[in-house]
Amino acid sequence: MNGVHDMGGQQGFGPVLLEESEPLFHADWESRAMAMTVAMGASGQWNIDLSRSARESLPPAVYLSSTYYEIWIRGLEKLLLERSMVTQAELDAGQLITPPVKVNKVLTRDTVDAALKAGSPTERPIAQAALFKVGQKVRALNMHPQGHTRLPRYVRGHVGTIVSLHGGHVLPDQHTLRALPPFNVAVEWLYTVVFDGTTLWGAGSDPTVEVTVDAWESYLEAAA
Amino acid sequence: MSGHSHDHDHQHDHDHSTLSEMDVRVRALETLLTQKGYIDPAAIDRIIETYETEIGPHNGAQVVAKAWAEPEFKAWLLQDATAAIASLGFTGRQGEHMVAVENTAEQHNMVVCTLCSCYPWTVLGLPPVWYKSAAYRSRTVLEPRKVLADFGVALPQSTRIRVWDSTAEVRYLVLPKRPTGTDHLSQRELAALVTRDAMIGTALL
Repeated sequence: MNGVHDMGGQQGFGPVLLEESEPLFHADWESRAMAMTVAMGASGQWNIDLSRSARESLPPAVYLSSTYYEIWIRGLEKLLLERSMVTQAELDAGQLITPPVKVNKVLTRDTVDAALKAGSPTERPIAQAALFKVGQKVRALNMHPQGHTRLPRYVRGHVGTIVSLHGGHVLPDQHTLRALPPFNVAVEWLYTVVFDGTTLWGAGSDPTVEVTVDAWESYLEAAA
Repeated sequence: MSGHSHDHDHQHDHDHSTLSEMDVRVRALETLLTQKGYIDPAAIDRIIETYETEIGPHNGAQVVAKAWAEPEFKAWLLQDATAAIASLGFTGRQGEHMVAVENTAEQHNMVVCTLCSCYPWTVLGLPPVWYKSAAYRSRTVLEPRKVLADFGVALPQSTRIRVWDSTAEVRYLVLPKRPTGTDHLSQRELAALVTRDAMIGTALL
């Protein structure tokens, strides 16, 4: 979706503000929010693309006026509500009212380290040959899907050059189509594509700038 | 750990009125998820502890120092960063698929995630607030030299700037230029020179 989260090239947000000796967390609740999001991700009730989709489909005004971990908490609550894992009344009360649903996995103190060390790789075997090769010119599609996608708006319609291939990866646009496991998995070749800054931002822009994005095969078409 | 124990039943000793709305909201959520059996608070503690004490930019600094000191490792890092970094024990969440990009006199590299906050946790830990800010996410692809100026960095106009927008599950680590006059230093000493921002591409060494 053409959401507010797709920020590349937007203007008016001012300078990048740096904080001297920035702490890792600015309040205890931020650390709990981070860790609860990680732990609930391990439950297997959704995937990373569904969690990104939950955050970026928050109302634009809410997204822009929330701090980072507020967005995570709002996204987490939304994911839990959508799956009837909690009710709004329970969130309001901070107490269990209805019985839990069954989840695939609950992280314990003893299983955290192995889970973090393993991560969640998205590379998958892919049988078909890659459509594009390094050095080839490709155009990012001018597409505006209603659902989740990872092709940023600022490259859509523009021609770039393939820099590298990363093998087959799970396509986010499809991975978000089914809310509960088993998720909808489609595997496509993933490429890094480089664009000249002047192609993206016009003749008057800095000619020494290049921008790359990582793009799945179905985001691209061959360009003459 | 943040130095004091968290209780999970709202029987804390703070005055409620001093707690922010988010503090109350997150405590309520943790209590609820614990009662539901979806989370184990001890696992939450362990995740926080890991990112507060074990996983951070010191990991990435080790990778960079080794690449500076050992040409074979550097070649491996640039060829297959995931495997080279894994050989130092840094694997897993938000570092599953790594790419290292080398700064040279001709090309400076910067990393951003315009769509959210993708960041190589295994080597840099959790991202700072500025990396996740609307200003950095919006401007870095459009005007990277002006963003660098916010960091006090000025590059020669002859240096090309390549901005890597992390739009998939590939995570990028910038290999900064080795400072001159460091030939005599050990890898440990070299690692101490490497900053987080240099490995994102918003600082020079």
